[in-house]
Amino acid sequence: MIEFRSVSKQFPDGTLAVDDFSLTIPSHRTTVLVGSSGSGKTTLLRMINRMVDPTSGAIEIDDVDIASLEPVKLRRSIGYVMQNSGLLPHRKVVDNVATVPLLRGVPRKTARADALALLDTVGLDRALADRYPSQLSGGQQQRVGVARGLAVNPNILLMDEPFGAVDPIVRAELQQELIRLQTELGKTVVFVTHDVDEAFLLGDQVVILQEGGRIAQIGSPADILANPANDFVASFVGADRGKRALHVERSDGRDVLVDSDGRLAGVLVGDAVPGQARVTP
Amino acid sequence: MNWAWTNLDLIWDRTIDHLILSVPPIILSFVIALPLGWLANRYRLSRGVILTASGLLYAIPSFPMFIVLPALVGTTLRSPLNLVIALTIYGVALMVRVVADGLASVDVDVQRSAVAVGFSTWTNFWQVELPLAGPVLLAGLRVVAVSTVSLATVGAVIGAQSLGSLFTDGFQRGIQAEIIAGIVATVLLALLLDGALVAAGRIALPWTRLRKTSKVETAT
Ligand SMILES: Nc1ncnc2c1ncn2[C@@H]1O[C@H](COP(=O)(O)OP(=O)(O)OP(=O)(O)O)[C@@H](O)[C@H]1O
Ligand SMILES: [Mg+2]
Repeated sequence: MIEFRSVSKQFPDGTLAVDDFSLTIPSHRTTVLVGSSGSGKTTLLRMINRMVDPTSGAIEIDDVDIASLEPVKLRRSIGYVMQNSGLLPHRKVVDNVATVPLLRGVPRKTARADALALLDTVGLDRALADRYPSQLSGGQQQRVGVARGLAVNPNILLMDEPFGAVDPIVRAELQQELIRLQTELGKTVVFVTHDVDEAFLLGDQVVILQEGGRIAQIGSPADILANPANDFVASFVGADRGKRALHVERSDGRDVLVDSDGRLAGVLVGDAVPGQARVTP
Repeated sequence: MNWAWTNLDLIWDRTIDHLILSVPPIILSFVIALPLGWLANRYRLSRGVILTASGLLYAIPSFPMFIVLPALVGTTLRSPLNLVIALTIYGVALMVRVVADGLASVDVDVQRSAVAVGFSTWTNFWQVELPLAGPVLLAGLRVVAVSTVSLATVGAVIGAQSLGSLFTDGFQRGIQAEIIAGIVATVLLALLLDGALVAAGRIALPWTRLRKTSKVETAT
């Protein structure tokens, strides 16, 4: 469990990136921080592995105040995946994955063997192990990034817009892969994105942020969609328009769902009992 | 050319002398420039001070340096050590800027992600910054190597045996072939060291010679 207690961060230039932020991030679940650019998502994430230290407030991991932990050691125990993979360009794929175990003193042979096994886990061909990152596609690089994040078998995996720089098809693939991995591994994932669809797809708990890291709403995707806390949330998640604002129309004796642009979104199957409606695209 | 054939032994000996005078300064200047360049790159204040100071070192004319050095470091006036020290100073003067620029050329995102996964300042320097600065360092080292080999010829004037001794001797005794042999051997030696550095770079920096086109043939 990760606990933010009244955390604020003011950068030396005066920017108040995070203002009195409190949040409990449950273990073995995916929590998604979503918000527009500059809302403080990256700052919040980087506070968890002490890349950024709060100006006030405290962060606890399993009831231990992380301010009392040695930053380098803490970072080696937490998986970190970022946009553009952040891989070391001068190391082969397998060595990139083995990076943190090697830093922690795992023997080279073991670390490399584990790294190869991790390539399987993230769905990469072992034949890519001896390539350099620049010889991979963007999607493959992100997979290597995920494998590196998992290499020390961390309890916590921090992901900062990991799929932000790949094309939509590859992104969808990577998202499905992450869902599969998460069912198998049950890590405490903190995932940052500004894509609401991605947040709803991946998050068990979704945190909608406004600037200054102010929480507009916390809840499961269904909660948020069903009961947006305010107009900001409603408009941010698009509950009031487009493909998320569906209404039922009767056609040929069946109920079909139509979005706010008049486009057919699906057909209602089973009875239209609240809580049991399913939409088939 | 007859002179060269009959004096191969002499040319060989002077070549070895020349190597002994020039290789240590090349290595030393790299080793000394590393921490200085790191400091220069790390803090704005130290950058100004260190780069200006090392630039000034390079401006010291060599003859006054040879006269002042023995007094400063306590060597005798004709010790070959003077030359080694002087060449090291010139090498450092060049290399400090190269190291600072090389470290500055390393992608900030890569460094940041290295820190995020748990590299300490120390491991980050040796395992990330230094290798990634490699191409720039190598280019600088090649300049230092060639200029050191050529500067080492002045050793002859202050009593350190080197390929330069072939020129001075050739001039004094009017043997043109000896002068030419000295020049040719110096150039060859410079080329040889340069080639060795390039070869070492190919081995140490394998990722720098990738075909960047391979992105096309791979898909997720
Ligand atoms: N090192 C820094 N120094 C000064 N200001 C900073 C620094 N890092 C971030 N900020 C500021 O803090 C605020 C929050 O930045 P942050 O990077 O956390 O936003 P974000 O939600 O991750 O945005 P994005 O979606 O664009 O990545 C922004 O106003 C940003 O300009
Ligand atoms: Mg960000």
